[in-house]
Amino acid sequence: MEYSFTTFESLLEICNKENKRIYEIMQEKEAFDFDKTVEEVRNKTEKSLKAMKEAIKNGLKSKEKSISGLCGDDCYKLLGRYKKTGSTFGKIFEKITTYALATMEENLRMNRIVACPTAGSCGIVPAVIIALSEKYKSDKEEEINALITAGAIGYIISAKVAMAGAIAGCQAECGVASAMSAAAAVQIMGGDEKQKINAAALALKNILGLSCDPVSGLVEIPCVKRNVFMAIHAITASELSMADIESKIPPDEIVDAMMQTGQLMSPLLKETSQGGLATTKTGILINKNLSNN
Amino acid sequence: MKQRSLFDIISPIMTGPSSSHTAGAVRLGLMARKIYREKPQKVILKLYNSFAQTGKGHGTDKGLMAGLLGYNVDSNKIKNIFNDAALKDIEYRFENEQNIERHPNAVDFLLYGKINMRISGNSIGAGNIEITKIEDFTTKISGELNTLILFYKDKPGMISRVSTLIQKENINIASLDCDRDAKGKTASMCICLDSEISDSIIKKIEEIEDVYFVRNLKRLED
Repeated sequence: MEYSFTTFESLLEICNKENKRIYEIMQEKEAFDFDKTVEEVRNKTEKSLKAMKEAIKNGLKSKEKSISGLCGDDCYKLLGRYKKTGSTFGKIFEKITTYALATMEENLRMNRIVACPTAGSCGIVPAVIIALSEKYKSDKEEEINALITAGAIGYIISAKVAMAGAIAGCQAECGVASAMSAAAAVQIMGGDEKQKINAAALALKNILGLSCDPVSGLVEIPCVKRNVFMAIHAITASELSMADIESKIPPDEIVDAMMQTGQLMSPLLKETSQGGLATTKTGILINKNLSNN
Repeated sequence: MKQRSLFDIISPIMTGPSSSHTAGAVRLGLMARKIYREKPQKVILKLYNSFAQTGKGHGTDKGLMAGLLGYNVDSNKIKNIFNDAALKDIEYRFENEQNIERHPNAVDFLLYGKINMRISGNSIGAGNIEITKIEDFTTKISGELNTLILFYKDKPGMISRVSTLIQKENINIASLDCDRDAKGKTASMCICLDSEISDSIIKKIEEIEDVYFVRNLKRLED
C-alpha cells in the first residue's frame, strides 16, 4: 500500500484508520516503495534477525580483545558473575545485559553484526528483542514483527534527524536504538500501537543531550557499556508505557527537541573526540598510548 | 534524492566496528574495483582526516583493501585481509593526509597496472558512500543505482546519442551529470539508471566515435 508518514502522529492515525499494527503498515509501505512483496520485506528482515542471533551466540563464547586491545572481555566477566550469584534482577536482566555486550564486543572484534541503526549502537535492539522473545516464547514471525516495529520508529526519527553521532550526538545512535527497542518490547509484550510509540517517546525523552565523545575516536569507550545501559533503559520505557504512563510531551515534539538539542550541542561533543570523555586526563593518555603503537 | 528505506535502519549485516569507517570503506573499495576493472599491480591508498586519524582502530585500511579485492561488507575475510592470498601479488601502501578541504572520511585510490587511475571517494555515514572523482572528473556515484560512466571528446550531440541508446531499452534515467576539462577537450558523463542496461547497448555506446572510456557499474549489493 502507498502510505506516507514522517511523524508518529501520522503513523498512529494510519494504524487506527486501517486497524493495523505498526509493523503491518511499515512492511506494506516498504514493499510498495521498493517494488517488493511483503514476504520479501519480511525475509530480508529475517536475515538481519538471524545475523543478530549469530552475533549474540558468538559473542557469548568469546573474550577475544578488540583490535585496539581496549575492550573485549566485559561479557565474559558479566557471565562469570551471573554464573556464580545470578543477577539481582533475574534472568531477563541477565540476558539483556549479556546479549548487548556480546553483540558490541563482536562488533569490536571485526566480526559480523547488524547496524541497527548504526554499528556503534548494534547491541541494543538485538538484546531487547531476542531476550524478550525467549522469555515470552515468541515465534520467528513475532520476532520479525518486533524488528520491523523497531525499524519503523527509527524510520520516523530519521526523517528529521540523521542517524549519526556527528549530527546529533549519541542521541541519534544509542538513544534512537533504545527508543526502537522500547517499541519492539511493547510489541512482544502485547501492547497496543499507542503504547509502542509512547514507549519510544519515553526512552528518547530521557536521553536528550547524550553526547558522542568516544576516547581516541573509537567505537569502544563509552560505546560498549552504553549499549548495555540503553538496552535496560528501553525496558524501563516499555514497562512504564504498558502501564499507560504517557509522556506529557507528544512523541513528535520530543523528536523536534532532540533535533534542536543536537544542533545546540557543541561540535566538540559530536563524534570529533575533542571534548567530554575523550579529553579527560585518562582519555588523552589512552589516545596517546594507542597512537604510539 | 534517496528514497528512505526500513533497511536504512535495520541493516546492513556487516563486519564491525563502524558503519562509516569499516562498511563504508569496504564499499568504496568495491566501487573502485568496479571502476578500475583490471587487477592492479600496485595501489597507493591516501586516507584523509578522520579516516587517517581513527582508521586504524576501525579497520578502515582493511575495509578498503577487502573491497578492492571484491569482498562484501559482511565478509569474514576483512579482519585478516592483509594475509589474504588474493593480495599476494599486489604491492600496496597507505598514506595518511590532513586536508580540511576534503571530506572527513575521504580516500584516494591510486591504481597502477595496465592503466593508471586515480579514484577519489568519501564515506558519508551509515555505510553510504560517494565516488567523487575519477582522474580529474567530478562524478556522483553512490552505488545505490546502476551507474554508467563515460569519458569522451566534448562535442555537440554526445548526450543525445547516449541517451537515445539507453531509451531504446526503455530504461529510465534517474540522474545525469556532466563535466569537462575545457571546451572541445575530454568530458565525462555520469548517468544513474533505474534498471540494468544490457551488454549489447554498452557495446554500442563504446562504439560511438570519440568515446574513450565506458564503465557500466552495477549497483552495490545491500
